[in-house]
Amino acid sequence: MTRESFLNAVLMGFLLVVPLAAWALDEPFIITLTTRAVIFAIAGVGLNLALGFGGLVSFGHAAFFGLGGYAMGILAYHAQTYTPLMDWPFVIEGTKSMLVIWPVAIVASGLAALAIGALSLRTSGVYFIMITLAFGQMFFYFTISWSAYGGEDGLSIYVRNSFPGLNTMDPIQFFAICYGVLVLVLAGVQRLAHASFGLALRAARQNEERLQAVGQVPYRLYLTAFAISGAITGLAGALFADLNRFVSPSMLSWQTSGEIMVFVILGGVGRVYGPVAGAALFILLEHTLGGLSPYWHVYLGAILLGVVLFARGGIFGLLAGREVAHD
Amino acid sequence: MSLLSLSQVSAFYGPSQALFDVNFSVAEGEVVALMGRNGMGKSTTIKVICRMLQHRGGTVMFAGNDVARLPSHKVARLGVGLVPEGRRCFADLTVYENLIAAARKGAWDFTAVAELFPRLLERRGQAAGTLSGGEQQMLAIGRALMTNPTLLLLDEATEGLAPVVRQEIWQAISKLKAQSGLAIVVVDKSLQELRGVADRAVILEKGTSVWNGAFSELSAEVTDRYLGI
Repeated sequence: MTRESFLNAVLMGFLLVVPLAAWALDEPFIITLTTRAVIFAIAGVGLNLALGFGGLVSFGHAAFFGLGGYAMGILAYHAQTYTPLMDWPFVIEGTKSMLVIWPVAIVASGLAALAIGALSLRTSGVYFIMITLAFGQMFFYFTISWSAYGGEDGLSIYVRNSFPGLNTMDPIQFFAICYGVLVLVLAGVQRLAHASFGLALRAARQNEERLQAVGQVPYRLYLTAFAISGAITGLAGALFADLNRFVSPSMLSWQTSGEIMVFVILGGVGRVYGPVAGAALFILLEHTLGGLSPYWHVYLGAILLGVVLFARGGIFGLLAGREVAHD
Repeated sequence: MSLLSLSQVSAFYGPSQALFDVNFSVAEGEVVALMGRNGMGKSTTIKVICRMLQHRGGTVMFAGNDVARLPSHKVARLGVGLVPEGRRCFADLTVYENLIAAARKGAWDFTAVAELFPRLLERRGQAAGTLSGGEQQMLAIGRALMTNPTLLLLDEATEGLAPVVRQEIWQAISKLKAQSGLAIVVVDKSLQELRGVADRAVILEKGTSVWNGAFSELSAEVTDRYLGI
């Protein structure tokens, strides 16, 4: 077992033990806090696929996070108001089932990522950052003006969506669902990262021309990674909206894109479990520093500066060493 | 029929013409040495074949396809494997990952490459950027073989390597010629080693192919005239 694998196991164990202990001590707030960290971790793992493995600095991932959230919100809203989502040419009802909502969120955000990526990936560097930011802002302002679904005020869902055999209103059971999704996402991304697709993606980040010389097409690799990345982030958005039973345009703001990027950078860019550590640390800092001062982002900024300047591999780089190749 | 043929090929770097009139062909299973002094257009010719540089005049045909109409990844998929000058592996990937990233279906897989270069098997989990120059060269050849090419282009494959390592690389090239039936274009300056593997030689002088024939017919006068310092 490598040091990195050991750290991965410790991290996942920590995320499991904390809410279980909180459940035993009857501290539902801690369970909710950990659930938040787990959902943010899923979003971070999604972004990491594009940013960490493909080197695509996307500042528009909040759009996919929000799309996932709105997919959940709209379907649940129509189910709770007993109004069909559409009635012509055929009737589509809303739903409160997570097993239906998740695929819709994944497909909607994945398709949006595919369309945005197809255009954005024709640029690179700072232009790519700007164009993804612009797309993100387009979606943000669209939701603000979308009065049918609450506009700027957002959309409230009275009861959490259902999952077969579980009471999703119970914090520990909802945590279990989110943790299960995180494990599945991590397993999928780990597999993808070590398959020829993931390796070629990492190779493209290093040198596109060299990769073309062995018959690969970097644009296709980037686009696929971007679409999968968007789909995973959308799934996280659906869970986040379910956690809060509320979806609003703030989920699509550029600050949200920045926060997801912070999870990745804090934890370790290009490490599969990096964003999990980043999200956990972010929530921990938000909770502890936020209690000390309303200006806790200043401290977070200082920590981020320290990571960028002195620990480029993030927390994982610091603890597991810089070598990622032996994973 | 030739696997690769270049006919009156000219190419430019911006306004500067680098290739004027390059003509040669490579048959299936043939090893051709592309020779010439520094700056005579050998690497440029390799780039043109791989479509990493667009030629302006003449035709480059590979396996019946006009290369001018294809992007570089399609040329590679048709069966052109490149071992670029300066090795250029993917430094952050391990040896195994470098090979798998390039893999396409065919006889060449990790086991076959590791058999040709046992050193790569020993270094399987090591990041390519931390390998010695010779090991990186082996990896670059292995990576090109993993694409299962029908034509292998070796651009200065032994340059800057220790004599012992050079010998290993030449042995591997000889083995490739004997066992795989690959067509190979070798760009190198080592006449003695080339004599052991090359069937034919093409000499470039100021961007033009000036001599083309069986390697055994390469006379001292020709080598002095075009390859001497």
